[in-house]
Amino acid sequence: MGEIFVVVEHRMGEVREITFEMLFKAHELCQGLSHTLTAIVIGGRDEAFVNDIAQRADRVIAVEDEQLTDFDSDLAKEILKRLIEKDRPFLTLMGHTSWGRDLAPALSIETGFPLATDCVDILIESGHPHVMRQMYNGKLFSKVSFKKSECYLITVRPGVFPPDMVEGRQGEVIRQGIPADLPEARKQFVEFVDEGAGEVDISKAELLVSVGRGISEEENIGVVKELADLMGGVLSCSRPVVDKKWLPKYHQVGTSGKSVKPKVYISFGISGAFQHTAGLTGAGTVIAINKDPKAPIFRVADYGVVDDLFKIVGALKEKLGA
Amino acid sequence: MNIIVCVKRVPSTQEVDLVIDESKKDVQKDNLVYVINEWDNYAIEEAVLLKEKLGGMVTAITIGVEDDEDVLRRCLAMGADKAIRIDQGDHDLDSFVISRIVAAVIKGLEYDLVLTGVQADDDNNSMVGIMLAEHLGLAHAAVVISVEPEGDTATIRTELEGGITEVSKIRFPALLSIQTGINEPRYVSIMGLRKAAQKELNVVSVDELGLTEDDLLRWTIIEEVFLPPETEGAEIIAGDPSSVAEEILRIIKEKGVSV
Repeated sequence: MGEIFVVVEHRMGEVREITFEMLFKAHELCQGLSHTLTAIVIGGRDEAFVNDIAQRADRVIAVEDEQLTDFDSDLAKEILKRLIEKDRPFLTLMGHTSWGRDLAPALSIETGFPLATDCVDILIESGHPHVMRQMYNGKLFSKVSFKKSECYLITVRPGVFPPDMVEGRQGEVIRQGIPADLPEARKQFVEFVDEGAGEVDISKAELLVSVGRGISEEENIGVVKELADLMGGVLSCSRPVVDKKWLPKYHQVGTSGKSVKPKVYISFGISGAFQHTAGLTGAGTVIAINKDPKAPIFRVADYGVVDDLFKIVGALKEKLGA
Repeated sequence: MNIIVCVKRVPSTQEVDLVIDESKKDVQKDNLVYVINEWDNYAIEEAVLLKEKLGGMVTAITIGVEDDEDVLRRCLAMGADKAIRIDQGDHDLDSFVISRIVAAVIKGLEYDLVLTGVQADDDNNSMVGIMLAEHLGLAHAAVVISVEPEGDTATIRTELEGGITEVSKIRFPALLSIQTGINEPRYVSIMGLRKAAQKELNVVSVDELGLTEDDLLRWTIIEEVFLPPETEGAEIIAGDPSSVAEEILRIIKEKGVSV
């Protein structure tokens, strides 16, 4: 019987949501394939979450050591390589996160097993895995297969599968120490820094008025800020605005910024890369204004306006008596 | 410090209607405008900033056809000292094959640091950089937002999810995949491009590198591409700006927000 590995991502003693999403999808795949689901925890000693993970898998292999408390891609790669080469799992799922991006390609080269990244779905056809991905920032979808192999590696896009628990599992927990023959780590963890704090807390706002790349010039930020003030809302933005230093980081919505949950979210000139929309899953109503009818933001918005954002901003201000 | 930067020329697809080509495995590219991959623009700027501070040489590398030399000239104009285009010939490339080929070229060069972008704007794979590090046996880090070298190590910051930054120390030689926003890439003028035309730009052929058939065999295969349905999901509010604005305000109030 085959097996699917899910590599558990955790930080500061907490399991990251992507782990539950991968476990959900892996469970579904295992049912179709009659495979067993193994969760791999690489972490410090006696991590409290190991038992929670066991309720979502057929078994948990927990490789535990003080020096594994914080993620290190070199050590994770070496440990996973040993586990994969021993158990030969059909699929190994990792998160398409910052850590996953550092780990998965290295593991692929190290093991010789092919990798597909940032997958939004995994299909099995005639016993072979295929993945669905997006290209050109969500403007094109692709179906991808692999060179023939015994084992395949996949990184999964966060926020695509539900993090739901499937009742009735109680996996066995197998605890292991760190392998003795690991090479020396070439990177030393120093600390985590929270960059999220600032003058405004966008995660608590009821109404967010958000700007993206379509704003074109730094001077135009003020135009939308005025609208946000008139509406009694809070100004937020997507990544390109922060990259250009037009607004501080604490205004940013998305995976590397904040997850928000306003009653209403209005976006101006945001194309809607997944890194942005992943921060919107808790939003009530999303209204998107973008001049590109094919912008991916319209796939997550409740209401869409295909027009020049400045015209709409101007008209809204007028209605509000500016 | 000698730095190698890997760059890619990609089509700009913002506000462009993509059309699928006959093979159904890619889009028609003849009408698209090409630019330097956004992440790579930050990577080359970071390399030039480090060179300005610490001395050394910056070499820009790309793989592709002759037109791809545009991005190399741009890198030279930004301050790179020399450039290499690996001529892809008729080889079919995926991230694995690219990483193999580029590794074979870099192996013969002197360097302390290799920089790549976090991902390319076309295939959004995020694979080549770290695969390359692995072929070369380099320490590596992904999604880097600052680099401060101190002797034979550097303190780096990487961007994690949820507004958290990880600070770590990495040993040279290393490969870092660079995130957007790490710096403010300089403007490239026509004059700058003209001056850069004097700088060294070498072309090497994939076939000169002594790679095996296996090295040049794709690990992933695009079976088919398709366009997502247009504005799927969203209810479109049509009309002139004034009536659209009215409708937006109505919806906001309906959802219990007072404006």
